[in-house]
Amino acid sequence: MINSKYFFQGFKSIKGLDSPALALGASFIAIGALLKNIGFNLGQSIFSTFLTYALPGSLVMAESFLIGASLINIFLAVWLVNIRLYPMTVSLMPLLLHKSQPRWKYYLSCHFIAVSAWLIMKSNYQSIEKKHRIDFWIGIGTGTWSIAIVSTIIGFLASDYLNKDMMIGLAIVNPVYFTCMMVGAMKSLQISLSIILGAILGPAFFFISPEWSILYGGVSAGTIAYFVGEFK
Amino acid sequence: MSDISNNIILVILVTSFATYLSRFLGVVSSEKIKDTSKIFKWFNCIAYSVLAALIARMVVFPAGELAESAIFIRLFVVVVSVVMFLFTKRNLVYPTVASAIMLAILNNYLSI
Repeated sequence: MINSKYFFQGFKSIKGLDSPALALGASFIAIGALLKNIGFNLGQSIFSTFLTYALPGSLVMAESFLIGASLINIFLAVWLVNIRLYPMTVSLMPLLLHKSQPRWKYYLSCHFIAVSAWLIMKSNYQSIEKKHRIDFWIGIGTGTWSIAIVSTIIGFLASDYLNKDMMIGLAIVNPVYFTCMMVGAMKSLQISLSIILGAILGPAFFFISPEWSILYGGVSAGTIAYFVGEFK
Repeated sequence: MSDISNNIILVILVTSFATYLSRFLGVVSSEKIKDTSKIFKWFNCIAYSVLAALIARMVVFPAGELAESAIFIRLFVVVVSVVMFLFTKRNLVYPTVASAIMLAILNNYLSI
């Protein structure tokens, strides 16, 4: 059903020097500690990472829960902050689609789409035959998702021992890891421009609309970069 | 107690549904998009720039713990880490570990 050779090849991407394990671990340890502090029990914290597996979404959930927001408000806030997953999926799945593979693999494994797994897949897909890419992807996804769940447990259990310095240190690891991965991904003019413009326009739109800044900044930066790349 | 815990389960379910929705719709759209098409290329650019926007926002306008550090310290730590990444043949372990230590130390000694 799932080709184990490619599955494990993908799963192993959590080892090695470009492993996302540290960054993912650091941020989900912080999530585990945060969920404990807002009153979740261990089972609920695990359940949350298991089902959501998207960092900004979990942060928004925690904030909204604390202020007692309604379920519909939580839904809208999370949907908005995680809407980036849509262009991420659309720019990944066509690379993995193969007619010999069953559809359920795609609908189930899209749950693994998150920045870390996405960036690893984007930089490695060309080395895998198209037919086997989905199994390779399921391997990457299972690996990164497992790290997130285990780290949530560690963070929950260790929360009493994490002081303010450690929490601040943990919080910077994720943006630093992603920034380095993005710099590593700048291989064409179009992609480099997308990244640089996104990094400028995202915070710039924050002054106009904090909630929509990532979407506005991202879509306008990506569109400019696309046209510059196409018509240069 | 059971009311609160029911509420937590609902909050988790709503959060995960709101998250899965974008992933699910992405797969539905992907079925009609060829990886060689222009629309695919456009979405690819948008995906990278949305991520860059998200990461830049995490550094410039952070939420939570990071908000308690000064912005110039955060920017300094990110720049030093990227330089470290480029000078260690793209090793990701050194810059990530160093960034946590740098930020914790600088935040203590340079805080305003």
